Amino acid sequence: MSPEAYIYDAVRTPRGKGRYDGSLYEIKPVALLGDLLNALKERNELDPARIDDVVAGCVVPIGEQGSNIAKTAALYAGWDDSVPGMQLNRFCGSGLEAVNLAAMKVRSGWEDLVVAGGVESMSRVRMGSDNGPMNKDPETSIRIGYVPQGIGADVIATMEGFSREDIDAFALDSHRKAAAASENGYFSRSLVPVRDRNGLMILEHDETIRKNASMEKMAKLPPAFESLGSAGYDAVMMTKYPQLDAIDYVHTSASSSGIVDGAGMVLIGSEAAGKATGLTPRGRIVATATVGVCPTIMLLGPMPATRKVLAKAEMSIDDIDLFEVNEAFASVVMKFKKEMEVPPEKINVNGGAIAMGHPLGATGAMLLGTLLDELERRNLRYGLCTLCVAEGMGIATIIERL
Amino acid sequence: MKNIRYEKDGENIATLVLSPTHPLDRTFAEELNRTLVTLEKDQVAGVVLIPEKGTVSDGSDLRELLAYDPSQKEEAIEISFLLQQALRKLETLGKPVVAAINGPALGEGYEICLAAHRRIATEDPVIRIGLPQVGLGLMPGSGGVSRLVRLLGLEKALPCLQEGGLLGPKDAFKAGLIDEVAEDEKDLRKKARAWILGHPEARQPWDEKNFQIPGGTMLTNPRVAQFVSLAPARLKKKTRGLYPAEEKILSAAAEGMLVNVDAALRIEGRYMVELLATPVAKNLISFSLQTAAIKAGGSRPKGFEQQRVRKLGILGAGMMGAGIACVSAGKGIEVVLKDVELQKAEKGKSHSARLMDKQIARGRATEEQKEALLSRIHPTADASDLSGCDLIIEAVFEDVPLKNAVTREAEVHLAEGGIFASNTSTLPITGLAEASKNPANFIGLHFFSPVDRMPLVEIICGRRTSDETLARSFDFVQQIGKAPIVVNDSRGFYTSRVFGTFLDEGCALLEDGVDPLLIDNLSKLDGMPVGPLTIRDEVSQKLGVSVRKANIKMVEEEGGTWKEMASDRVLRVVTEEHGRLGKAYNGGFYDYPENGRKRVWPKLYELFYKPDAHIPRQDIQDRILFRQAIEAVKCLEEGVLRSVADCNIGSILGIGFPRYTGGQLQYINTYGVRRFVERANELTEKYGERFTPPQLLMQKAEKGELFV
Repeated sequence: MSPEAYIYDAVRTPRGKGRYDGSLYEIKPVALLGDLLNALKERNELDPARIDDVVAGCVVPIGEQGSNIAKTAALYAGWDDSVPGMQLNRFCGSGLEAVNLAAMKVRSGWEDLVVAGGVESMSRVRMGSDNGPMNKDPETSIRIGYVPQGIGADVIATMEGFSREDIDAFALDSHRKAAAASENGYFSRSLVPVRDRNGLMILEHDETIRKNASMEKMAKLPPAFESLGSAGYDAVMMTKYPQLDAIDYVHTSASSSGIVDGAGMVLIGSEAAGKATGLTPRGRIVATATVGVCPTIMLLGPMPATRKVLAKAEMSIDDIDLFEVNEAFASVVMKFKKEMEVPPEKINVNGGAIAMGHPLGATGAMLLGTLLDELERRNLRYGLCTLCVAEGMGIATIIERL
Repeated sequence: MKNIRYEKDGENIATLVLSPTHPLDRTFAEELNRTLVTLEKDQVAGVVLIPEKGTVSDGSDLRELLAYDPSQKEEAIEISFLLQQALRKLETLGKPVVAAINGPALGEGYEICLAAHRRIATEDPVIRIGLPQVGLGLMPGSGGVSRLVRLLGLEKALPCLQEGGLLGPKDAFKAGLIDEVAEDEKDLRKKARAWILGHPEARQPWDEKNFQIPGGTMLTNPRVAQFVSLAPARLKKKTRGLYPAEEKILSAAAEGMLVNVDAALRIEGRYMVELLATPVAKNLISFSLQTAAIKAGGSRPKGFEQQRVRKLGILGAGMMGAGIACVSAGKGIEVVLKDVELQKAEKGKSHSARLMDKQIARGRATEEQKEALLSRIHPTADASDLSGCDLIIEAVFEDVPLKNAVTREAEVHLAEGGIFASNTSTLPITGLAEASKNPANFIGLHFFSPVDRMPLVEIICGRRTSDETLARSFDFVQQIGKAPIVVNDSRGFYTSRVFGTFLDEGCALLEDGVDPLLIDNLSKLDGMPVGPLTIRDEVSQKLGVSVRKANIKMVEEEGGTWKEMASDRVLRVVTEEHGRLGKAYNGGFYDYPENGRKRVWPKLYELFYKPDAHIPRQDIQDRILFRQAIEAVKCLEEGVLRSVADCNIGSILGIGFPRYTGGQLQYINTYGVRRFVERANELTEKYGERFTPPQLLMQKAEKGELFV
């Protein structure tokens, strides 16, 4: 029998607005991740020498996030030379992929204790600035049928008949739930404030939640992706989906995930490694899955990923008590809810990336921690975390609270 | 040497007169390499390049390209690299090289100029400069892409490469394609010599250390990154992914930016060789050859002197009449525009004023030109004003008694031997000619709407139309700058008949339960400019019904029986039962809300849509094009079409059959005649006998022949 992959702890930074006026803009990515590693170490009285690997997702791994931010951050944090590190990129699924990979390492029996998560400083390293061939090499772009994700989100809304009001209402709900969770301290178990080198507070809570968000204010925002669509991407989309009459441009900056900075990390290990270090497991990774879907709409991965992970776990959708479905765009979660027939009270109960932002490489690990915290708070058993992933992929993980 | 002349003057300046032909011309590439050896040996002070002939400038070049087979790819890349190598050597000789452009510098002719350190052109308005290869489905492969991008930056270079526009010297200077304009040939020589003497050690910017492409690359400038990222989508909007050359040009240009010039050249050459083998390139080359043949009078009877129309009469000042008047007056012809009331004729004339105002607003015409044009249009209600016309065209309603009446009234005013033409789009010419006292001088001139923009005129010969009448009508069509195709008489002739099958297939798909949006959108993805249902709305269901009724009546009068088609049934339901008469009335297949875009009339889904029909997308797309191509073969078989070229050119210029196919018969060639028959049989089995391959098609398939 393979060893179980236990979750011993999960930590994350608050998410800071990903612009020059965001609180975390002054924090370099290596420090954002390195300081979080030390927070994990301290609260678990961990001996880093026991860590077999540090795996960190990062989606734009260039410049300040370049070379190998996982190993570099471990060294920056002063961890033992013996601790290895690797950075990986599964776009928006990177943070969760790191956790899943750590679980695989542990379940294979070849490693015992792995720190996994991700980091992204979107204020300092611009999204897409790595200029990959997906959209910067015309031949590749033409072969893929590349279209920016936001247009994919609007196509989902068009196909499903989600109106601008539906989309805005979803976004409003995300802010309300996040604001309530934040005020009630539901995030506090995982949340590690970001402090300066003197220990002085820089950011304590997620920065982009709008307590006073309103439908009226949101209704005034212009559609975010219409001009790109009419510049040519509509034509790319219609070539693949000629049954479309036109695309309803319903998403705005308010109903898309926010651009933010942040890091998240999860401690995964075998039962034996936990015992040896005096750790108590909080949860267990039950199963993981990744899938590929149409790269042009790009965002339809969560449904097949969920079906795949459920099949692997031999579970049904009704067995899951809570879901974290990344709020890349409102329509992605609305589509998930509709197609998978999941009651709304089970999904994103504390809001999501529309309110709090989506630090690309870190989000998966953050969502996993949020899910575990909430399972514990509500005394529930199974949780499922899933994200849509660029170039048409999806990722999902089922966890069990212990 | 065949294509290169080499001279050296007293100042040790070499002059190379270069006549490149096409990218598969090994002789030229080898000659240039040999010339380079001589240049090195002769220790020249500098070189003047004179491009003499544009690339693929004549039919023989085109035919060589058309004959290219992918088995020649190794040879093709070898020739490409050979030429690139010579041009690289030339620009790195360490001696100044000036391109002195005193004639056309097109395609490879201009590519060679790009290897010079300076380009100077004489300010002669007939000179044209540019890279038109894209029009043949090809691209530059001898540095046109790599050097122009390095000279101008990606954003400025791309339009020259992708659109293939040809510029006069002044515009070429503004666009950065040349560096200097000379007053005349003497000045050109002087300037070239002066530049050579003043720059004894010229080098290309891209051979300097730390060279940066103007504007930077996607890796160094976010603006360029954004531009490159959006470029494929912009292109998709324009070409629907049907034209590979535009895509390969973009790809080669972008890829080449990220490597040095030598690697960029190789990338460019390999893309060019890939394009040579594409069906679209073959089709566009064939289109170009057939267009040239038509313009050269391929369909004009021999033995009649070229004639020009000086005075033209037009009966009926509606949209067609007014349009013909405008185009003809624009070419210097005196036009008598007659309608039943002077006011209507005046209104027809004002159409020309409006069109000219638009041209003036776009900077394409002047007030003087407008006045001159208008002064040549003489509106009248008096038939005697037609006196002395060389040609009278009637453009009245499609009503036989009316047409007969105006024929009789007007033809007496024709000049001696003058021609009477009908602009009917469907009524047989032989029948209309019966009203004429001189049927040998009676012909059909089928113009397309809008006349000022549509480049084609379908000339229809009635049974008694004389060859001389045809020859003179042909001359007239060319005189007004349109492309003439010649067909024999039949109901709907060629264009209207085939176009009718396109519209009918739209209805057939509707009856089969296909989503109306899919019918129109997939037609567009086939390359048709507009979907059949949308066109039906534009033309109006009402007109559709009345034309069909007239046709049915005509067939029955001839003793035949009308074979009911999908259009009959669908139009009956939507017009008679639901009163949907067209866009101009209360909507047709679509609703047209005052604010906002058109939407499918919801009832149409109730009437026809079958969600479980599951007709494969490929079947829908094939049905749209096959139906038309098969009808074209029938026209050829029945002798309605007189030549393959008339069909191909007519289908593209007249009814919007996609250009990338090379025309309806060329489409069959490219599909593979035998494969086409097999597929047509499949479609027959699934969708009905209208796809049954005609005898002529079967014969071609059996013999392995093409439509040529």
